[in-house]
Amino acid sequence: MMDAVGDVQRVLVLGGTSEIGLAVLRRLAGRRRPAAVLAGRPTDRLDAVAAELRAEGHDVDLVHFDAEDRRTWAPAVEKAFAGGDVDVVVVAFGILGDAERAWQDPDDAAALATVNYTAPVTMGVDVAARLRTQGHGALVVLSSVAGQRPRRSNFAYGSTKAGLDAFYTGLREALRPEGIRVVVVRPGFVRTKMTQGMPAAPLAVDADRVAEAAVSGLRSGREVVWAPPPMRYVAFVLRLLPAPLFRRLPV
Amino acid sequence: MAPVTSTRRLLAGWGQTSPTVAEFVAATSESDVRATVEDAGPRGVLARGLGRSYGDSAQNGGGTVLDMTGLSRILSIDATTGEVTAEAGVSLDTLVRVLLPLGLFVPVLPGTRQVTLGGAIAADIHGKNHHVEGSFGNHVAAMDLLLADGSVRSLTPQTEPELFWATVGGMGLTGVVLRATLVAKPVESAYFLVDTERTRDLDDLMARLQANDDEYTYSVAWIDLVARGASTGRAVLTRGWSARADQLPRRLRSRPLHFAPRTRLTAPALFPSGLLNKATIAAFNEAFYRRAPREERGAVQGIGQFFHPLDAVANWNRVYGPRGFLQYQFVMPFGAEDAMRTAVERLSAAGTASFLAVLKRFGPGNPGLLSFPTPGWTLALDIPVTPELGRLLDDLDDLVLSAGGRLYLAKDSRTTAEALHRMYPRIDEWRRVRDRVDPHRVFTSDQAKRLSL
Repeated sequence: MMDAVGDVQRVLVLGGTSEIGLAVLRRLAGRRRPAAVLAGRPTDRLDAVAAELRAEGHDVDLVHFDAEDRRTWAPAVEKAFAGGDVDVVVVAFGILGDAERAWQDPDDAAALATVNYTAPVTMGVDVAARLRTQGHGALVVLSSVAGQRPRRSNFAYGSTKAGLDAFYTGLREALRPEGIRVVVVRPGFVRTKMTQGMPAAPLAVDADRVAEAAVSGLRSGREVVWAPPPMRYVAFVLRLLPAPLFRRLPV
Repeated sequence: MAPVTSTRRLLAGWGQTSPTVAEFVAATSESDVRATVEDAGPRGVLARGLGRSYGDSAQNGGGTVLDMTGLSRILSIDATTGEVTAEAGVSLDTLVRVLLPLGLFVPVLPGTRQVTLGGAIAADIHGKNHHVEGSFGNHVAAMDLLLADGSVRSLTPQTEPELFWATVGGMGLTGVVLRATLVAKPVESAYFLVDTERTRDLDDLMARLQANDDEYTYSVAWIDLVARGASTGRAVLTRGWSARADQLPRRLRSRPLHFAPRTRLTAPALFPSGLLNKATIAAFNEAFYRRAPREERGAVQGIGQFFHPLDAVANWNRVYGPRGFLQYQFVMPFGAEDAMRTAVERLSAAGTASFLAVLKRFGPGNPGLLSFPTPGWTLALDIPVTPELGRLLDDLDDLVLSAGGRLYLAKDSRTTAEALHRMYPRIDEWRRVRDRVDPHRVFTSDQAKRLSL
């Protein structure tokens, strides 16, 4: 259970090597060291992250799943909760994909939709059921400003985030009476390995800034968190722009 | 037996900080309690009274919570011995009202009368008279405890000292108290003779308490934690005795045992949280200090004024707004005055806005294995939740630990299992008793899970 001052005891990161997911875990930790369950593909990178966290003093459990393989989703959630109550679940996995192939190659489009939408939605349903059973808990889900008004340059990715955002925004309302909180995090351009090599957009932030905003939102009871915070006004304006104008924007 | 109906309900402590959902069962009989305990699922069951513990002591997320307030009958009163036997869900408020006309008074009253008999035992609550009369468990002659297997054990400190003293202060984790016998104390009036003094600073306060606290039955000091510098820890000290009938002014003498608390006001559900800020709290503290007489002897005060100024406003906890607040209370042994001074200085320096921080001298503790009071100084304060609060309190935990002190479970909502176990040296003894009567941990709470009790 998240205690009176927002400290937690056990955190599940779906997407255990996600830089933002791990930054959220570390921000939640503060001076204490909550147990961490890292869920992801069985890679050297996941093992390395686990070793790093153990060195920092966390108890770490690993749970393997592949966002492209539906058969692995439910068992991963089950295993993650088998070790005890989970106070915060961070839904942090996703891919950027190849924007041009994703709207021209059906396999690419399907993979993007599966990893960024179908998997987190399906797993979210399982997670929500378990949080209801334990009577407490919170979800932090990494959406994106890209889902606010998908642009020509990466609309396939944007569409998955738009769907994900809509699902978790609704889930937030469904879980509210149960005392379970869902915080939807909408970052703009984040400098991570996922965006490496891409020119940074205006208002770019690093993973820790996103995590800081997410955790402060979680602790203060906000439902939607923008990173950086002024991004909400940018998104507001972008949503209102008429299409002929929007299409001319350099972003 | 008909199944007991339950509803899913979001439950929080008085501080409103960490609500969780449980199956809420309103018990009205012993058989309801037994059926609920026997039907408890894997996430267990816990008895809850009036929900005045501040943190997560009386909630059990995903499990069952037994509402005991429907079991509130007074079963017998012996006016000569003062022994009163009642069901566990009766409130101390009811007991005060029923006992006073008989010339009897509840032997230990905390800062509110809105707590149940069962809860008072579970938290082994204390009041302003701890330094001379001990905590609640000292005045319990007997109780009936429903165990995890559904059996009922009658406990007295003489016949079953182990389980009795594991239940006093045991936070409801040994079983459900069904009934208890309390030994009320004789009084001649419903009034108190009160001496009030203002102290310059913390040292002045502690010196006065050390000098002559034991001459008073009741004693507590309110500290202004907003004051800094030379005035750090300035306080208003109020101490007194239960008044004899012949000590009352003429107008009260005809009905010395009359007790009629004022109608309760209710704080609005959505209290604008911005109203409570450093400026308003500083003003409140300044006014509280200035309003108190520099020195006054023998003032006559009623129960409400002397014990429970906040009971006049129902749901006063709402004034802290939707983010809630917590109460931090610790005790440090005599001899740790320097650590106490450091704690007060840190709290003042941190600018944690607080109404009504109180300091009191505790007397000897009782054999309760998890009972909080131990000889020394106890400080309690309300703090609205702010982002940096966790770190400040973790640091204070370290200070409390190194001074050989401890935190109060009925108030705690954020310490760690490790710290708590170090604060209570008899916790392993307590766990052995608990494991004997409840090996499968049928009785549990969010706090018990958080602190590995």
